[in-house]
Amino acid sequence: MIATLLILLTSLLFPGIIVKVKAIVSGRKGPGLLQPIFDIVRLMKKGNVYSTTTSIIFQVGPVIYFVTILCGVFFIPFGNSQGIISFEGDLILFVYFLGLGKFFLILNALDAGSGFEGMGANREALYSMLAEPAFLILVATFSMMAGYDSFSGIFAHWHLTTGNSLVLSVLASYILIQLAMIENSRLPVDDPKTHLELTMIHEVILLDNSGFDLGLVQLGNAFKFGIYGALIANFVLPEHQSLPVRALVFVAVIIVFAVIVGLLESFRARFKIEKNPQFILTLSSIAALAFIVALIITNKLL
Amino acid sequence: METLEKTKDYASIKNQGTISLQDVPVVSYSKFTAVAGELLGSETRHCVNYYAYPFQKGLKFIFCVADDVEHDIKLVSHELPADNKKQLLSLAREFFSMHVFERELHENFGIDFIYHPWQKPVRYAFNRFDRNQVINNYPFYKIDGNELHEVGVGPIHAGIIEPGHFRFLCNGETVLHLEIQLGWQHRGVEDLFLKKSSLIQRTVLSESIAGDTALGHSLAYVSMMESLGGIQVSERLELERTIGLELERIAMHVGDLGNMNIGLAYQLAASVFGTLRTPVINYTQTWCGNRFGKGLNRVGGSHYPFTEDLSDKLITLLDKFDASFDPMAERMFSLPSVLMRVENIGKVTEKQMRLIGAVGMTARMAGIERDIRESHPFAAYKTYRITSETFLNGDVWARAMLRKIEIKHSVGFIRDLLAKLKDMKEPVSKPTAEMELRLAPNALSVSLVEGWRGEICHCAVTDAAGKIVHYKVKDPSVHNWFALALSLRDLEISDFPINNKSYNLSYCGHDL
Repeated sequence: MIATLLILLTSLLFPGIIVKVKAIVSGRKGPGLLQPIFDIVRLMKKGNVYSTTTSIIFQVGPVIYFVTILCGVFFIPFGNSQGIISFEGDLILFVYFLGLGKFFLILNALDAGSGFEGMGANREALYSMLAEPAFLILVATFSMMAGYDSFSGIFAHWHLTTGNSLVLSVLASYILIQLAMIENSRLPVDDPKTHLELTMIHEVILLDNSGFDLGLVQLGNAFKFGIYGALIANFVLPEHQSLPVRALVFVAVIIVFAVIVGLLESFRARFKIEKNPQFILTLSSIAALAFIVALIITNKLL
Repeated sequence: METLEKTKDYASIKNQGTISLQDVPVVSYSKFTAVAGELLGSETRHCVNYYAYPFQKGLKFIFCVADDVEHDIKLVSHELPADNKKQLLSLAREFFSMHVFERELHENFGIDFIYHPWQKPVRYAFNRFDRNQVINNYPFYKIDGNELHEVGVGPIHAGIIEPGHFRFLCNGETVLHLEIQLGWQHRGVEDLFLKKSSLIQRTVLSESIAGDTALGHSLAYVSMMESLGGIQVSERLELERTIGLELERIAMHVGDLGNMNIGLAYQLAASVFGTLRTPVINYTQTWCGNRFGKGLNRVGGSHYPFTEDLSDKLITLLDKFDASFDPMAERMFSLPSVLMRVENIGKVTEKQMRLIGAVGMTARMAGIERDIRESHPFAAYKTYRITSETFLNGDVWARAMLRKIEIKHSVGFIRDLLAKLKDMKEPVSKPTAEMELRLAPNALSVSLVEGWRGEICHCAVTDAAGKIVHYKVKDPSVHNWFALALSLRDLEISDFPINNKSYNLSYCGHDL
């Protein structure tokens, strides 16, 4: 419950922090922290425009996308206290919820029938498919280390005290940051600022969405970032502190995460699209490496 | 060349020179193809203009070839009487670089060039021959195949660029062929040069041919008017004009580098280069009241003399410019994530560029030494030499690097000119009044200027009363758009934007 509230609140600041950091780094003032949220509110006040070539899929796609992400938020625990939804094996359902949302967003793009959106959908599907193993291998590693297969089980029994778990935490944070960048279409895989349809991945599949629908998708994206931030925060949450302290640490980690994303985006160019699959597969192999390390630590291998 | 005879087979003038029309030999078409073949046979010569204008109810064709070795422009003409069949043997069949000139002639006058590879419309000019040909019924190039798909971009774009249509034929993410169709920016510039008869109207018109090359095009225009009017301008004025032209080059090149970095999503360089362009164009505003230098170039003189104070300000500006430009350029060209996106991307070969008749930067980035400032010097380049750089790579890297190097050369060159200006105390004269300007009668003048994109060519013909009866403008983009199409072959479609930005060609310069 606490985690859900904190994620929803910090998520509202997330896009604003990234924009602000990028602006300051490049010597500009940048818009206010809440500007992206104002934009979403403005979009939500507007009506939708539907092309005559689209079907019902195009109209429900954004809603399903938003709802699945919201459901994903409900799974995230706060240290050892459970999320709103929690059961044995909830990890798998969590991954599939996010997958379902993306699936409908891709259908939504194909339904619009534009040449650009087909290309974007194609890219988005490929990268999601490649990114999924990295996440699944990672959570498998943790559930094996902790001996539990629910989010709350894993985090309740995850302690930063031993050197082994510290190494894994660092690896996990790295993979999670990179995955968050991919899943939220940030650099180096995608460029959220580009106005060039031909190079877009995520932006291009929303070209035909407007008004309320577009607002929903953007809000969903913000929450999605929050989910990844919260997962990282859970790894470093001190267990024996009072609730306010832990909540502060939780929020601080998510904000630091946003600042890191902003900095990462400021000092590099994006990849050539051809190189993206290679990069995403590398993440999967790093996750596999973590898995093998975990096997060795738990004496299941060697 | 040995077989050709000067004055009998061709006439010769210096750049921005004027010749009496009678002195330009008029030959039969078969003789013309032989002469043109001989002239275009050497790599040191390229055609700068080939056009026709109505003459005694028929057509008179003017063919201008720039010779880089003899530093002159060779002229030859042929005529097509009104009652003749409008059919000519194509030159483009043998010399592909002629393709665009013949396409234009085909579009404007309905001349059928036999064996021309593809008489594709150039710009759908208002005064085209066949009014039934419109962009809406243009048959785009097609390739059949179940796995292929077409992506059409434009003419309305997401950004702030001008209108143009790009049709990609793709296999998955790979582009097999890109077809570029332009013409939406057509304003009838060449016709307006005849309709607007006052000197000031024409000067302003020349500044508006391409908004980003206001100084380049207006310099070509005023130099030609001075040549036709027999006006000698002072060395000081030429120096000042050259400073203006080089400032335009610096501003556009640094802006382009910024734009390319936006395409690469490299934010740091995008903001640094973006903010570096502003002080340069603001300086032009301090000088003449307009950021793009409109108002600076006027026939015979200048309204905005380059004062001591302006000179000091420019030196301060260049010092500041160097201090931020150098480290940023250094960083950009050593950053792996940038290099990965520019090296070996959108490669074209020297041979391809020679075939399409590429000019300016587009030629120099692929190994062709083609720079009007060196081969056909005008303005201050007649006295002071500027170093022209050539790269062999032909990729996005070469196009970015060439910009960087040219900026450095231009900054150095302006510093040299400023030092020379110090010794010239005599101020420049006011522009020539319209009533004092008498153009040579029955004359032809050709004016070449190396703008920041490349070679700009203006040609004018006067009648017996010294009135301009035909005006021809050729922007470097007319040739260079094809280079972009060639760059895209077998490249990922997502690399189109960075290639497009690396060329940054003109839509309005092409469409006129």
